[in-house]
This record gives sequence, structure tokens and C-alpha cells, in this order.
Amino acid sequence: MSELAINHCSKYFKKDAINFCAVQPITMHVESGQFISIIGPSGCGKSTLFNMIAGLERPSEGEITLSGMPITGETGHVGYMLQKDLLLPWRTILDNVIIALEIRGMSRKEARQRAIPMLQKYGLGGFERDHPDALSGGMRQRAGLIRTLLDDKQVILFDEPFGALDAQTRLQMQNWLLKIWNEFKKTVLFVTHDIDEAIYLSDEIYVFTKRPGRIKAKVQVDLARPRNETTMMEARFLQLKRELLLMLNEERPHPEFDGNEGDAHGG
Amino acid sequence: MKVMPMAGKTKAPSPGLFIEDRSRRAKRIRRRAIIGQMAIGLLILVLWEGCTRFGWLDSYYWSSPSTIVRVGWQAVVHGSLLSDLAYTSGATILGFIAGTLIGSAIGLSFWWSELYSRITEPYMIAINAIPKLALAPVLVIMFGIGFDSKVVLAFLMTVIVAAIAAYSGVCNIDKDLEKMLISLGAKRHHVFLKVVVPSSIPWMVSTLKINISLALAGTIVGEFISSRQGIGRMILYAGQVLDIDLVWVGVVVLSFLSIVMYLGTVWLERLLMRGRTPKS
Repeated sequence: MSELAINHCSKYFKKDAINFCAVQPITMHVESGQFISIIGPSGCGKSTLFNMIAGLERPSEGEITLSGMPITGETGHVGYMLQKDLLLPWRTILDNVIIALEIRGMSRKEARQRAIPMLQKYGLGGFERDHPDALSGGMRQRAGLIRTLLDDKQVILFDEPFGALDAQTRLQMQNWLLKIWNEFKKTVLFVTHDIDEAIYLSDEIYVFTKRPGRIKAKVQVDLARPRNETTMMEARFLQLKRELLLMLNEERPHPEFDGNEGDAHGG
Repeated sequence: MKVMPMAGKTKAPSPGLFIEDRSRRAKRIRRRAIIGQMAIGLLILVLWEGCTRFGWLDSYYWSSPSTIVRVGWQAVVHGSLLSDLAYTSGATILGFIAGTLIGSAIGLSFWWSELYSRITEPYMIAINAIPKLALAPVLVIMFGIGFDSKVVLAFLMTVIVAAIAAYSGVCNIDKDLEKMLISLGAKRHHVFLKVVVPSSIPWMVSTLKINISLALAGTIVGEFISSRQGIGRMILYAGQVLDIDLVWVGVVVLSFLSIVMYLGTVWLERLLMRGRTPKS
């Protein structure tokens, strides 16, 4: 049985008395411990799909199950990380990462004791008492991920978590994420606009069409792990990148403008 | 993993090298500013005293610093200046605290229901538009000429301002923070206590300084209307018997009271804003 199953889920909205479709019926089955990426043009409904999985929006039809248990419309079953780090600016890093434990009713003292070794192990030792605005963007995203890890959910959704970081920091964070994924054996769904990032991290990539979104293709990334920077220069990597680029180009709203744009735009 | 600042690693510089020391410069400016401020204050006092003594200003209207100190001391020893001061500051502080707390609670409560906040909003604006001081005679009749009517006036002066400030805080909450918390399985009361209240604090704090002076104005007007005690009553009485020196004593005492309470709110602000950047 797959870990996370999305069975025929779609989302329709009504705007000015006209129904429109954000996501066409989608069916996805994600095995436990897999790293899945989703790429597609802007507004293809990736975020709507994530909101449905996280229980923040109800699908118009269909069902979502986690290890066979229905979780449609229920929050608190999966971890969710956004591009914004969403750390609470008035809390220290330590008190930020324990918030999920606090909500669950654990005492602050006990939660802190559990969080400190995690912060130290994953590159935030010494920053426990700092407030988020004292940290760089990369460091804040680390804190955000540690907060998600402390919540201890098997499935974690990432909505362009490194989108706001510079290229150097982004690569660092990708390697760091792979390390954590490997150690914690989490199931990951990862939305990105960056084709390189998707290939570098994933086992499988789902390509979405432009709005209303549906799955256009599913690409297996058969690159050996562990991966490192040299992986990005392998022939297979470049071949996958070419395939994916061509697929995404077909989804561009104005193909005539293609020539001048870089690869990672997607919209 | 903490990155060391470059400055920590520089070798001893060669002599004659120009080294910019910004902290020293800042310290020098701060020191000179304090000296300048004190000098101007002193100059004003000396000019005031001199002008009235040499008859360039009529000392009947303008009194003089030395007279104010003398008359003020008399009012402390033989009069009721200290108990008046306690009366006025007590009413002001009580009204301020009640107004700020209840106003903030009203403002924050708008987060719970959009319908409720939509219905209430125009009335908030309308109540804010009422010149509360003009209601003072009615309030004195309603609550008596004692302490209560002054507290109520100070309260009314502050409550709507505090409510509007807290409501602005509620309107400016980052929706994604709420979303993040809900995705972690938080209930509405968790979101309220862990996001809504703390993220509205800068807005509520930003009105403390305005509110303390509004509360003082409310108390003094209450005392003007009708009272047996308080600095406001002392000033009114002194004016009626043409004891202008005593009016000046009252004004100076109120100014000091205002400064002390202002400093109190600055301290409160620091306490509430630890580890944050202030709004506006």
C-alpha cells in the first residue's frame, strides 16, 4: 500500500458566478520514503493541490489517504513548508521550532530539551537564543525545516522552500535536505520551478500542465544516490533536463517569447 | 557555525593608519547632545527668571522659576499639593490601564468573527468621532464629583484608541502564519494566543504614549468640571482667586507628571517589545 494516495481529487472555484477549475482530477500514489517533485507553469494548481493534501482546502471531489486512512479535509497529518520561512519574529529560534510540540500540549521545558540537540546537530547550534531576523535566509529555512521535523510527520510537503535563496545557498540547502531526508526516511513532495533542483533531489518528477492543472507526465529520475555536484554534469542528468525543459515549454502560455528566457523560469 | 566578524581577525595596524571608530563617534555625539540639551534648558530658566526680575516680562502673568519653586514648596508643606498629585495621577493611571486593557481586548476580539467585526466597525468609528471631553458634564452628573468620574473620563479617552490600534494589528496579521499553525494541527485558540495576540502587540504598544497623555487630559478636564481634589481643581481654584503663581505651579507639576508617565510608557514599551522591532 502506498503511503500517500491522492485519488481523483479536483478543485473547482466559483468566481463571479462562473465555475472555474484550478485542478483537474489528479491521482497520485506516493510510496513511503520517496522523494517526489512537482514542476509546472505558475498557476497550474500545485499550491492548491498541496493545500488539499494539508487539509487547508477541501477537494471538490476525490479522497486523500495516508497509509490507508482517509485524511481528506483534515489538518495536522502532514508537514508543510512554504517559501516564506514563517518563523514567528517575536520568538527565539528555539521557541520557534518547538511550536508544534507546544500545540500538542507538551510543556515548553520538555519541548526545548528535545529541540536543542536537533538544532545543534543540523547546523543551528549557537543560534538557539537568537531571533529570526538575526539569521540569514538559509538559516531561517533550516529552522523552518527543523520545526517541521520536530512535528514528526511521515509526509512533508515543500512548496518552493528554496525559491527565495541565492544560488550558492540553494545548493547548500539542497545537499542539507538530501542528508536529512536520508537520515529521517521521510516521504517528500516538493514543488519547484527549478528543473535542476527537481532532478537533483527527486526519485520521480510529476510534470503539470498549465491551468487547469493535471498531470502531464511522470518522469523517473534514475540517477544513483548519494548525489553530489558532479551528478549535475552527468549525461543522464542533462538528458532528463532536456526532456523536462521541452515538456515545460509546451506549457508556456506564449511560446513565441521562448528564445530569450532562461531555463528555470517556468513563469 | 557562527561566523566571526572580520574585525576580530585584523592584525595590529601600523602606526599612523586612519581607523574609523563609529562607536566612539556615536558616543561623542550623544554626550554633546546631552550637554546641549541641558544648556538650552538652563538658558530658558535663566532668561525667564531674568526677564521677570528686570521687568521685561510682567511677573504677575509670567511668574518666575524661583517664585514657582517657592509657591510650590508652600503648597507641599501647607497645602495639599501632594495629595492632589496622587489623586490626579491615580485617576489617570487607572483610566489608562482600564482603557488600554479593555480596548485591546475589544480590538483583538474582532479576529474571532468577520461578521461581528463588520457590524461593529462603523460604530467604533462613530464613537471615536464623538468628542468625549464634551460629555464630561454628563459624566460628572452620572458618576458624581468624586474619583470615579475622572477615571471614567480617562478610560473613555483611551479605550477606543486602544481598540482601533489592536484591530489594526489584527488586520495586519500575516495570513500565512495562521495557515502554518493550522497545518501543524492548531485550533483557533492556539492561533489566537500564539499568533494573533503577539503579532498585534507592536500596534497596541505604539498607542501607549498617546493614550497616557489622553488619559491625563481626560482626568484634568474632569477635575475642571467639578472636583474636590486634584491638580486640575487646584489650577481652577487658583485662577478664580487670581493666584497666578499657583496656576503656574499646577502647570509645572502636570508637566512633570506627564513626563514621568511618558517615561513609564517607554519602559513598558521596552518590556513588551523585547527582541522585536517597533512599529512606526
